[in-house]
Amino acid sequence: MDQPLPTDHPGSVDHKRRLTALRKRLPPYLLSLPAGLWLLLLFIVPLLIMLSITLKTCSPASGVCVMTWNWGELPHVVNLYHPQFITSLVFAAIATVIDLVISFPIAYWIAFYGGRKKNFFLIMLLVPFFVSFIIRTLVWEFILSNNGIVLTFLKHNHLAPSNFHVLGTGLAVIAGLAYNYLPFTALPLYVALERIDRRVLNAAYDLYANRRAAFMRVILPLTIPGIFAAFLLTFIPAFGDYVNQEILGGTSNTMIGTVIQNLFLIDSDYAGGASLSVVLLIISLLGIWLYARLLGSRTIEEYL
Amino acid sequence: MTTSVNPIDSPRTTSSEGAPRANVRLEHVTKKFDDVAAVDDLNLDIDEGEFFSLLGPSGCGKTTTLRMVGGFEEPTSGKIMLGGRDVTYMAPYHRDINTVFQSYALFPHLDVFDNIAFGLHRKKVAKAEIRQRVGRILEIVDLPGFEKRRVNQLSGGQQQRIALARALVNEPTLLLLDEPMSALDAKLRHQMQIELKSIQSRVGITFLYVTHDQEEAMTMSDRLVVMRHGKIEGIGSPKDVYDSPSTEFVATFLGASNLLAGEVASRDGELTSILLTTGSTLFVPTSRLPVDLKGKAVKVGVRPEKISIAPVGATVASNRNSLRGRVRVSTFTGVGNQYLVEMPSGTDITVYAQNIGEELAPRSGEEVLLSWPVEHTFAVTPMESGSDSEELEI
Repeated sequence: MDQPLPTDHPGSVDHKRRLTALRKRLPPYLLSLPAGLWLLLLFIVPLLIMLSITLKTCSPASGVCVMTWNWGELPHVVNLYHPQFITSLVFAAIATVIDLVISFPIAYWIAFYGGRKKNFFLIMLLVPFFVSFIIRTLVWEFILSNNGIVLTFLKHNHLAPSNFHVLGTGLAVIAGLAYNYLPFTALPLYVALERIDRRVLNAAYDLYANRRAAFMRVILPLTIPGIFAAFLLTFIPAFGDYVNQEILGGTSNTMIGTVIQNLFLIDSDYAGGASLSVVLLIISLLGIWLYARLLGSRTIEEYL
Repeated sequence: MTTSVNPIDSPRTTSSEGAPRANVRLEHVTKKFDDVAAVDDLNLDIDEGEFFSLLGPSGCGKTTTLRMVGGFEEPTSGKIMLGGRDVTYMAPYHRDINTVFQSYALFPHLDVFDNIAFGLHRKKVAKAEIRQRVGRILEIVDLPGFEKRRVNQLSGGQQQRIALARALVNEPTLLLLDEPMSALDAKLRHQMQIELKSIQSRVGITFLYVTHDQEEAMTMSDRLVVMRHGKIEGIGSPKDVYDSPSTEFVATFLGASNLLAGEVASRDGELTSILLTTGSTLFVPTSRLPVDLKGKAVKVGVRPEKISIAPVGATVASNRNSLRGRVRVSTFTGVGNQYLVEMPSGTDITVYAQNIGEELAPRSGEEVLLSWPVEHTFAVTPMESGSDSEELEI
C-alpha cells in the first residue's frame, strides 16, 4: 500500500485517533485509583514493613531496629511459642465448630422458613453485633463472673459446686470466641442455603428422597462451600484473637494474639512480634489455599 | 396408607375401545391460594399410556394441577387417584411419579451418571443394574457415554434430555413434564417435540404435559385440555379441539379463528342459519352449536386456512358459506399468503392461502369473495368481554 507515512504532529488524524483510544482505555484505571492507593498505603506498605522487621534486630530499650538480615527470628519464635499456637488452634477450632453447630439450624430456618421476614430475622441475628466488640466481651465477663447470673443461679440450685468458676479458664475464652464470631459463621451459611434452588430440592423429593435423604444428598453437599467459607471466616480471626483471652481468660491458656500484643507493646520485641504475625499470616493463607484447591477459587469470590 | 390396589376400587373409564384403566383421575379437585381458586373443581381422566397435555395461558392453573399430581401441592378439596390408588395427600417421594421440571432442576453437584441414578439409588437398586439402566436410558435420549460429564458443561438441549432420562430411568407409571421445552430455541424445540413423542411411544409411560404453547401441545398430544381460570374450556384430541372449539376462548387460544357475531335465526334439522350483525346469513351444522347456548347470541367461527379466496363474480357451491369483502393487507409468508379481508362492517377476516403455485394472488384494495365449506363452520357462545386481558399479561 502506498499511503503516506503517518505524521504525528498534534492535530493529525493519527494523533487524534490515539488520543481517543487512550481516553477510552483510561477510565477503568482512574476509577480504581482510590482503592488501589488505599490498598497500597494501608495494606501493602505495612505488610512489607512488617516483613522487613522480621529480618531486623531491635533494641528493646530504644525500640530502634537495624536491618541485620537475621533469618533466625522466624524459627526461633515458632520454637519458643508453639504451645500458644497450639492453644490458639484448639480454642479457635472448638469455637468454630460450636458456631457451625449453632448457626446451621438458624441459617437453615431463616433461609427455608423465613418467608418474607428473612431480612428481619437476619437483622435480629446481627443486632447484638452492632455493639462494640470490647463491650460485648466485657458483658460476657460480667455474665460469667463468680457473682454473675449464671454461676449464682447454678450454685444457688446446687447444680454446680460452690468453688466452681468459669472466668479465667479456657472454657470462658472459647465461649467468648464462639459468641463474638457467630455472625461470621451464620452469614455465609445463610447465603449458601438461601441460594439452593428449591426446584432442585423438589427434584430430590420427586426422585424418592425423603426429607433426611434430601438433606444429606442435596442440601448438605450444596452447602459445603458455605460451610468451608464460614469455617475460614470464623477460624482465622478467632485464631489471632487476643481480646477474649485478655478479658475472659486470665493468665493461663495464653493465645498467640496475646503473645504478639505483649511482644509489641510490653517487651518492645518488634522482630519477634512481626515474626509471629507472619507465621499467623502464613497459616491463614494456607487455609485459603486449601479452600481454593478443594472448592475452586470462584467460590471464594462468591462467599468471602 | 395402604399399598395394595383393590381392583374394585379402580376407577374405569368407559371408552369405546375396550376399557383402559384410568391411570390418573382427578375428582372435583380445587386449589385455593388466599381464597382465589387457581384450580376450580377440576375433573379429569387420563388413560394409561396416553400423551395428555394441559394447555393454557399463564395463571390458568395448569402448573398448579401438575404440582398437585406430583405431590408438591395439596388440593384444598377433591381427590387425586393414581392407578386406582388415592394419592391426594401422599408425599411426592412415595408416589410412583417422576417429573421433568421446567428449569430441569438437575443436581449441580453431581455428574450425569449420579443425576440419573439418584432415584435408583434411593430405591436401593443394585449397583450393576443401576449402571446398566443408566447406560440404556442415555442411549434412548441419544447421549451415550455422557455418564462422567458435569451437568454445567451440557447445553440446554442436553440438560433437557438428562432431566428426561433422570425421570424415565425410574420407569414411573406417570411422567409429569412442566414446560420442559421453554428454555430451548425454536428449532431445537421442534426437534425435541418429535423426539419426545417417539420416546413416549417407545416406553409406553403415561405423559402429563404442561405447556402454554398450543403448537407444542397439538404436535405431541393424544388428547389435551385447554384451561382457563382453573377450569377446563375444551377437551379432546388436538384435531377435535381445533376443528370444533367448544368456547370462544378455545377458538382464539388454540390457533387463529375468525369470529363473527350474530344470532340464531332458524333451525332446519341438520343446518342452523345464523344472521350476522352485518346482515349476511351463514350456515352452521346444528351438531356444532355450543351445548351451553343461552339465548340467541352466538359467534360464528371459521379457521383462516379453511377459507378460499376468489374473484367477486365466481360461483359458490351450495354447501359453502360465502362473504364479500375487500383485501386490505396481503402478506407473503413463504409457505403461503396471508390476507386481511375487510368486511363492509369494518371487521377483518384473516385468510391463509397455501403457496401451491397456482392461484393468482389478489392485491390490496381488490374486491373478493370468500367461501368455505359449511361443515368447517362452528359456533361458540360469546365470551364476557374484558375478563381475559389481565391473565394473559402475567
